[in-house]
Amino acid sequence: MFNKKPLCRSLAALSLGVAAGSTFAGPTLDAIKQRGTLVCGVHTGLTGFSAPDKSGKYAGIDVDYCKALAAAILGSPDKVKYVPLTAQQRFTALQSGEIDLLSRNTTWNSKRDTTMGSVFPGVWFYDGQAFVINSKKNPKVKKLADLNKASICVETGTTTERNMADYARANKLTFKPVVFEGQEATEKAFQSGRCDAYTTDSSGIAAMLVNLPNKGDYTVLPEIISKEPLAPMLRRNDQEFFAIARWMIYALQQAEESGVTQANVLRMKAESKDPAVQRLTGATAEVGKGLGLDAEWAVRALQAVGNYGESYERNIKPLGLVRGMNALWNKGGLMYPMPLD
Amino acid sequence: MNAPASSHRPFVARRLDWLRENLFSTPLNALITLVTLALLLWLGSRFVSWALLHAVWGRADVATCNALFGQGACWAVVADKWRHMLFGIYPQDEQWRSALAVVIFCGIMVFSAMRAFWHVWRLLALWLSGSLLCAWLLAGGLGLTPVPTALWGGLPITLMLAVFGTLFAFPLGILLALGRRSALPIIRAASIIYIELVRGVPLITVLFMASIMFALFLPEGVSFDKLLRAQVAIILFNAAYIAEIVRAGLQALPRGQYEAADALGLGYWQTQLLVILPQALKITIPAQVNSFIDNFKDTSLVIIVSIFDFLYAVRQAVISDLDWRHYFVEGYLFAMAVYWLFCYAMSHYSQWLEKHLSRDHRL
Repeated sequence: MFNKKPLCRSLAALSLGVAAGSTFAGPTLDAIKQRGTLVCGVHTGLTGFSAPDKSGKYAGIDVDYCKALAAAILGSPDKVKYVPLTAQQRFTALQSGEIDLLSRNTTWNSKRDTTMGSVFPGVWFYDGQAFVINSKKNPKVKKLADLNKASICVETGTTTERNMADYARANKLTFKPVVFEGQEATEKAFQSGRCDAYTTDSSGIAAMLVNLPNKGDYTVLPEIISKEPLAPMLRRNDQEFFAIARWMIYALQQAEESGVTQANVLRMKAESKDPAVQRLTGATAEVGKGLGLDAEWAVRALQAVGNYGESYERNIKPLGLVRGMNALWNKGGLMYPMPLD
Repeated sequence: MNAPASSHRPFVARRLDWLRENLFSTPLNALITLVTLALLLWLGSRFVSWALLHAVWGRADVATCNALFGQGACWAVVADKWRHMLFGIYPQDEQWRSALAVVIFCGIMVFSAMRAFWHVWRLLALWLSGSLLCAWLLAGGLGLTPVPTALWGGLPITLMLAVFGTLFAFPLGILLALGRRSALPIIRAASIIYIELVRGVPLITVLFMASIMFALFLPEGVSFDKLLRAQVAIILFNAAYIAEIVRAGLQALPRGQYEAADALGLGYWQTQLLVILPQALKITIPAQVNSFIDNFKDTSLVIIVSIFDFLYAVRQAVISDLDWRHYFVEGYLFAMAVYWLFCYAMSHYSQWLEKHLSRDHRL
């Protein structure tokens, strides 16, 4: 399928690389095709995003994105090598070329976008920092302002601590942070009554509450105090790979919008008269060609992981998290796939 | 200490004397004893009631545990997730290879501990064959399905980092110790700088260097295996400590030994290999075992460079499972028991060794 192109492309890349004095193995996409595997940096264990499932295989919404890309580029969702990374390691692993892309609930912000030689193809999950309280112990607390002078359990080494301090300063509140090392220690401290509230990303709070035997005692406060647009992250040296990564996000979201699922994708491709579906599935238009892929690229991705909504159902729904901001634009959310045309 | 050791008095009377003298000698001491005892009893009974009496044993589903949440321990989490805890995310069909590797690593340690194996060639043969076998089992190839190192985890990783981390550090440590006592100024200076530099930084720093900084120095696309980098970092780190232990052994030898070797006309290497090192190493064995116990426990730090050692595998097994994620205390207690088993066996061994060696070998 990709017989001649890689050669031309790597020659072009080589000359470019020599001119720019930067790359050694050529652009990321060529390296992926040559290797036959996509090397994906993931979280060491964050349920719903990327964590080993019961059989010890990585699963989660971030993992699904890697699988979809591998299916589109290499023809099989299994051609992924997962590299678990800690928060400290992740950017170096990307910069040094140890991984092809980072799909590890990383917040998209200007600093990371401009100073680290990297790019974000699009938002994969909207998260935000929230607070949870024990409403049995503190029945009067209904909003964040009621937590003035309260002690708050927070995990060390994350941005949550700073976000909380920023929010307190801006709103003239006082929070007493009680800092713990590690997610489970922070949760346990909060549950045993060490602090009045616990703060972390909404998804983290949901994960704590979902199977907690006495979860009726807890209430999540309505305020979300930070914006955490979680996005995949790539090196800046490969425009083609960037385009595929970006349009993969849109394709999976467009599939949800057009009602194309893992189960019906082949039938839709054959039967649907909807022009959006026909372009998505490669029945008519040349979306794949523009990306340097074949017409079936999105079909393979959908067969592998389903559309965005299905991946969300499978991975995030078990955490007990509602769709919220992550719903499609026409369902009251922020997910707005650019038209595939 | 100064208890009357009148051995013909009855046992109970002797115990009572001991109690009176050590625990109830003054009213204050008596009070402290009683308060401590009450505290221990209270904590102990609560622990026993939680960990044993009200606990859920064997295989059980989460609902059974949830019904007893906060009152009794849920050992069912260990029964359900033990494979993930011991072997991490190593492919389940291949986990027998991990298990076999654990057995071989333990075998290497046990056989090296036996005096019958204390000969250079036997030890070399044991270590080389054992290490190669384990590497083959874990990595695969030659008939076994290859498993990338990113999937290795659990107890085999902990044992591998500890055993290889000592094995390969040992020769390096001896060279450094000899170098530090060398008459050649450049070799001596280099050894001192290396040893003091490495001992001056924490293991975490070295691991960070190896895993994060090192990758930036290499050209893009070239990368060494992460596990290999961490293993090499641990080896280089341990070597500095082993060097200091060996140097202590070298200094403990009387000058007469060196002079006698000189008088026989032996050269530098002959002196070291035939006369000095065999004696020096022997007296440092207990210290080496201690340092091995240290290394064994230090390996849990590799999680900061996302290598899934045993401790992290336990955490991951529990935390990443939505059903069980509130029962991590039980998981950590299980990890504690396993660590304790290894460390206790080793420290017992080192005590036995000390006694044994002091009996048959005195300088």
